[in-house]
Amino acid sequence: MSFYISGTGSSVPKKVITNFDLMNFLETDDEWISSRTGIRERRVLTDEKLLDLACEAAQNAIFDAHIKADEIDMIICSSLVGDYISPAMSCLIRDKIGSKSKFVFDINMACSGFIYAMDLASVYFDSGRVSKVLIICAESLSRLVDWQDRASCVLFGDGAGAVVLEKGNGLIAVCNKSQANAEILNVPGVRGNNPFSKADDYKSQLTMDGQEVFMFAVSSIIDEINSILENNALSSEDISLFILHQANIRIINTARKKLKQPEIKFPHNIEKYGNTSSASIPILLDELNKEGKLKLNDKLIFCAFGAGLTTGTCIIEWKKKK
Amino acid sequence: MVFKKVMGMIAELKGEEDDTITSETALLDLNLDSLDIAELIMNIEDEYSINVDDRESIKTVGDVVNFIESKIN
Repeated sequence: MSFYISGTGSSVPKKVITNFDLMNFLETDDEWISSRTGIRERRVLTDEKLLDLACEAAQNAIFDAHIKADEIDMIICSSLVGDYISPAMSCLIRDKIGSKSKFVFDINMACSGFIYAMDLASVYFDSGRVSKVLIICAESLSRLVDWQDRASCVLFGDGAGAVVLEKGNGLIAVCNKSQANAEILNVPGVRGNNPFSKADDYKSQLTMDGQEVFMFAVSSIIDEINSILENNALSSEDISLFILHQANIRIINTARKKLKQPEIKFPHNIEKYGNTSSASIPILLDELNKEGKLKLNDKLIFCAFGAGLTTGTCIIEWKKKK
Repeated sequence: MVFKKVMGMIAELKGEEDDTITSETALLDLNLDSLDIAELIMNIEDEYSINVDDRESIKTVGDVVNFIESKIN
């Protein structure tokens, strides 16, 4: 007995930055960005804290699940960078939403974080230690990109997505993988002002080899989806929707064509939010849920890929009661 | 044979045939962006079950064809 998804929620900053807005300070244009990425606008934190987004997403998910915050046994927050390095976001979320859970923690598995968090949650469900779990993916990539680098800053946005998991039979399979490769995608850690450090000066800003990441992403999506389907005696035709990490519409379309699936089975919202790292799948899932596009017993594949390098893939049966 | 196949892959990515492309045409002059080139490499790897590991030395369409032929022969 593992879990099913009983509620979804999301929250994005109010500030919309369009491709045209970026043209005010970058040598770029809407056609260049949208044709290469599918992105037309993204949301960016201004006077909000990431904690505000995380809590709003969490509260939406709790409301959607028809439960109360004090029923939650465990909170997992996935984030690349929170409002603080310490304390963990999950500690602050717990307090702000009124949860009494004593067991909370953060993980940082970059864009694959949502799938890793669900995998971890499944272990606690299996052990019988929990019956309701809250996962929040809260990301503020606007803090990590170099806003003078037109090749990377146009790709990312801020946002938070959340799910409530409850004891049940919604998880069919999950598979996470990782390998060490900091060369093609990384964000250096905080340098501090250690007077004894011999490290060169650097900033905590994201650098990425777009072509290499594209090839990794497309091949990972195909390999991981084919593998998880085969291991569970399922085919692509059994899957209602393939909900992929929203990194680039070209990645999604290339993978879809290679999997020989119709466009309608690969929903996307990257045009509105850009790449929101681990938050992208739960934000999209929340939109699909609220739009009534998820039907009881639908089989869904979530597939994420990101820095590490990591991949996370799972098959979920949609068991949420209305 | 390989040349014709590669031309077909390039046409698919460009969405049209281009009679002006020859073996000497540089990949950078194909009017394909970096992600198209990445997709071309992946398609070649799938089609011929090879690993295009030495990308730095591949500059022209002819280089692509020669690389494939060296791997499959």
